[in-house]
Amino acid sequence: MRALLPILLAAGLLTACDHGALNNPYPEHQRGQNIMYSFFNERPKHLDPVQSYFENEIRFTAQIYMPPLQYHYLKRPYQLIPFAAAAMPRVTYYGAGGEIVPAHASPSEVAYTRYEISIRPGIRYQPHPAFAIDARGQYLYTGLPERQLKRYRSLADFERSDTRELVAADYVYQIKRLAHPGLHSPIFGLMKGYIIGLDVYAGELEQLSATAASGTYLDLDRFEISGVRVVDRYRYTIDVRGKYPQFLYWLAMPFFAPVQHEAERFYRQPGMPVNISLDWYPVGTGPYMLSVNDPNRVMVLERNPNFGGEPYPFEGEAGDATAGLLNDAGEEMPFIDKVVYSLEKESIPYWNKFLQGYYDLSDISSDSFDQTVSISSTGEVGLSDELRERGIVLHTSVSSTTIYLGFNMLDPVIGGLGERARKLRQAVSIAVDMEELISIFRNGRGIPAQSPLPPGIFGHRDGEAGINPYVYDWVGGQAKRKPVEVARRLLKEAGYQNGIDERTGKPLTLYLDTTLVGPEAKSRADWFTKQLRKIDVQLVVRATDLNRFQEKLRNGTAQLYVLGWNADYPDPENFMFLLHGPQSRAKGSGENASNYASREFDGLFEQMRNMDNGPERQDIIDRMVAVVQRDAPWAFGFHPADYNLAHGWVHNIKPNTMANNELKYQRVDAAQRTRLRDEWNAPVFWPLLLLAVLALGAMAPAVIAWRRRERGIARQKYLAQRAEPKP
Amino acid sequence: MTAYLFRRILYVIPILLGVNLITFALFFFVNSPDDMARLALGGKRVTEESIERWKRDKGYDKPHFYNDAAAGTDRFTDTIFFTRSASMFALDFGVADDGRDIAQEIRTRMWPSLAIAVPTFVVGLAFYITFALILAFFRATYVDVSGVIVCVAAMSISSLFYIIGGQYLISKLWHLAPISGFGEGVSALKFLALPVAIGIVSSAGANARWYRTIFIEEINKDYVRTARAKGLSELRVLFRHVLHNAMIPILTGVVVIIPSLFLGSLIMESFFSIPGLGSYTIEAINNQDYGIVRAMVFLGSILYIVGLILTDVAYTLVDPRVRLD
Repeated sequence: MRALLPILLAAGLLTACDHGALNNPYPEHQRGQNIMYSFFNERPKHLDPVQSYFENEIRFTAQIYMPPLQYHYLKRPYQLIPFAAAAMPRVTYYGAGGEIVPAHASPSEVAYTRYEISIRPGIRYQPHPAFAIDARGQYLYTGLPERQLKRYRSLADFERSDTRELVAADYVYQIKRLAHPGLHSPIFGLMKGYIIGLDVYAGELEQLSATAASGTYLDLDRFEISGVRVVDRYRYTIDVRGKYPQFLYWLAMPFFAPVQHEAERFYRQPGMPVNISLDWYPVGTGPYMLSVNDPNRVMVLERNPNFGGEPYPFEGEAGDATAGLLNDAGEEMPFIDKVVYSLEKESIPYWNKFLQGYYDLSDISSDSFDQTVSISSTGEVGLSDELRERGIVLHTSVSSTTIYLGFNMLDPVIGGLGERARKLRQAVSIAVDMEELISIFRNGRGIPAQSPLPPGIFGHRDGEAGINPYVYDWVGGQAKRKPVEVARRLLKEAGYQNGIDERTGKPLTLYLDTTLVGPEAKSRADWFTKQLRKIDVQLVVRATDLNRFQEKLRNGTAQLYVLGWNADYPDPENFMFLLHGPQSRAKGSGENASNYASREFDGLFEQMRNMDNGPERQDIIDRMVAVVQRDAPWAFGFHPADYNLAHGWVHNIKPNTMANNELKYQRVDAAQRTRLRDEWNAPVFWPLLLLAVLALGAMAPAVIAWRRRERGIARQKYLAQRAEPKP
Repeated sequence: MTAYLFRRILYVIPILLGVNLITFALFFFVNSPDDMARLALGGKRVTEESIERWKRDKGYDKPHFYNDAAAGTDRFTDTIFFTRSASMFALDFGVADDGRDIAQEIRTRMWPSLAIAVPTFVVGLAFYITFALILAFFRATYVDVSGVIVCVAAMSISSLFYIIGGQYLISKLWHLAPISGFGEGVSALKFLALPVAIGIVSSAGANARWYRTIFIEEINKDYVRTARAKGLSELRVLFRHVLHNAMIPILTGVVVIIPSLFLGSLIMESFFSIPGLGSYTIEAINNQDYGIVRAMVFLGSILYIVGLILTDVAYTLVDPRVRLD
């Protein structure tokens, strides 16, 4: 601690000049400003809307870019509303002969669907050097000589910037970018099957790029996509094969946000440093723009001065008004001027900074769960007294995610649609107690899944009608897992009485492949083993790295595995396709990792996938759910629940697992935050003084002894000199 | 010495080639280009066609070491190994799989790493040596005994404990420094105080004890007795004569790590959110980004070799008996 003292004192003196709390991680000039403070724990890899797909990327791009549509912030079930679009797209269905067919026509009658999208006039881009023009009307920073470009290290080095109006052609340009051979859009494979002409266009681009130097500008406007057209300055159309109602959801994602050819031409001019790219510096029309992009430390979104504003919703669902979520109805958004995201890789620092008021929002890590959340005797979830006293509010929601224990249906033991394997899977489904898993490993954050569909997705049923009758009973108004005896009986009927294969006389051994590593992996493996031991089945847990795990799934050699699926959009098709036969991972590289193939299920899926929501679709979904509950290709695991915390000075928080552009709706009371931060973070100096006194006290006797010894030597020397006879 | 240095520098080339080869073989033994493509493309809705496009775009569609389809020297040069290795010797690290300039990233992240590592190293070294000399000075007294006990206790505790404990006490309870973060310019000082202090304290036990052992051994030598007999003060004996003669074992451990200070500390930088190089390699391994992995291993190898050469040179400076021939 001796070293600690001077350094801390020096730092204290330096920071004392700020007149703020010593532990304040932010510059003092930000005090009291209308800023939101948040964090990110993984640096985004892509901010180009054609590539960004992960949550840690979309949380930025969704604030910057304006796709045509967005989700209503408050209404549930999730509802699409216009964003950049002036109104919801006009959808027209065409038959094989090009004739218009009615909206209620069956999918087989529809050859293609045309989406006509009109965008609002007057929307302008954020200030950007790509738009800057000189006196002759030429782009100032495009076509610069390589020598001159070497001067620029970041976007801020370009002195001038300008803007221009958003036009329909920008949306069309972005759709072309989906096929760009150097951009690797994750949805290109999917979209080329739907957007008419995208596959042909991709081939043409492929040929063009073969002759172009790597990384240089590829003129996407040299060719056109036959199914995507600019109608006029503010209107464009997209033709989609067949009937695909889910396409509207894609129009709410950054993949379909506008990108300007000026920006692409600016960024891709030869000699531009590789770090100055659209992937690094997005150019949007949304409420915010990225002003600092240092993903190793901090990312800052600032209010886009050219954003025209948008009114806060006037209506929501029942209870929103009481919760104060409509207090700002009609007010112009965004409310926050700036959002500072700091990189936090570990949970302990960000959690403590949240408690100190230096972050406005936080999730709850497993480490801090017990000190944060209290569960009453009735099972009601609440915050601990300490957090409540600080005015912190807990927001919970069940995410649109399904985690499941999958069975490989190609496996000779556990797979297949035969009675024997089916009963074995049902027995395992009963034995693996998901309620216990949620309780032990997720602190109760989640609800057991009864089907592939999470709550909030059309087709999901609550209550008795929604339970999986092969695994649960409805007892006393709630779902109760069937006793282990039922699993044992099923196992006996399957020919594995007491876990012994009656055909071979050998114990039944199953294999679970997992990618988990570390201490939790061991406890999870032990837990799974214990679950199957309840029915006398031996389980071998095979820990493997991600590559080998994926390889086993692709080859169809895994037996049991755990996977999850996070909804792209709130439609049952986005979950049911995970069990669609043609989507088999082993046979067709699809997302059906269990390789489940049921003619009955596939037939129903084909009917359901393109239907509009309604009783008829619900009925088909019910039948599909019944089929998979019976066949049990998955032991339906659980739907995770998100527990998020917000300080009392943050307003308009409503969990929304679909929308990512929630920032513009939120508001902070900066004055209250400043007052509470000061109150919570007054420096405490006495421990340092105490340590200094203790250290000095401990050394004092030694120093005294040393001085005595030194004096003793001097005295001896003096006496010896005196004793020497003088010559 | 010039001939010696020239010879050592020549050795660098085969060593770096070998390191590069081993890194390449180990990396591609674990990860295939297909795996790398899948991870880079997001793992969701990834098609075989998109994998092939990604490999072609990134140059991973070539054979690893030998290209049968090529002619002449292209058989060796038109391979992943050659195209990814040759440029390294010109210190051209290329771009990462996410399109970022690796050299630029290293240049940017190097400074925060140094901002922690250099003061921790310099102040720490001064502190450990002083503390060890004090213990040696008060040898066989209660100061020495309790100092050694504290050192043994301190070295038995995990560095993670110091970090979490330091953050808890200094930042959370006493509110004297930010828990984590980093600033630019002078504002970085308040963020560096705590990690530097913790870095010094967490290594104090092992280092002080080690240096004390060296000094005690040195203290019993004849020249020390002679110095004392001449009537020199004990402080002068310790800091002038003992310290100077104890420099060889100290330099052995110290100089070799100076170049690697650039590479930062994974745990320290993670817990304090320091944007340094400490986590760069680990992140690259997790993301299966070979471009970064090979660059960092290459750089680490060079720095290690430089450290060893510097150590040899330092010997000659502190001990005139040592000659590099």
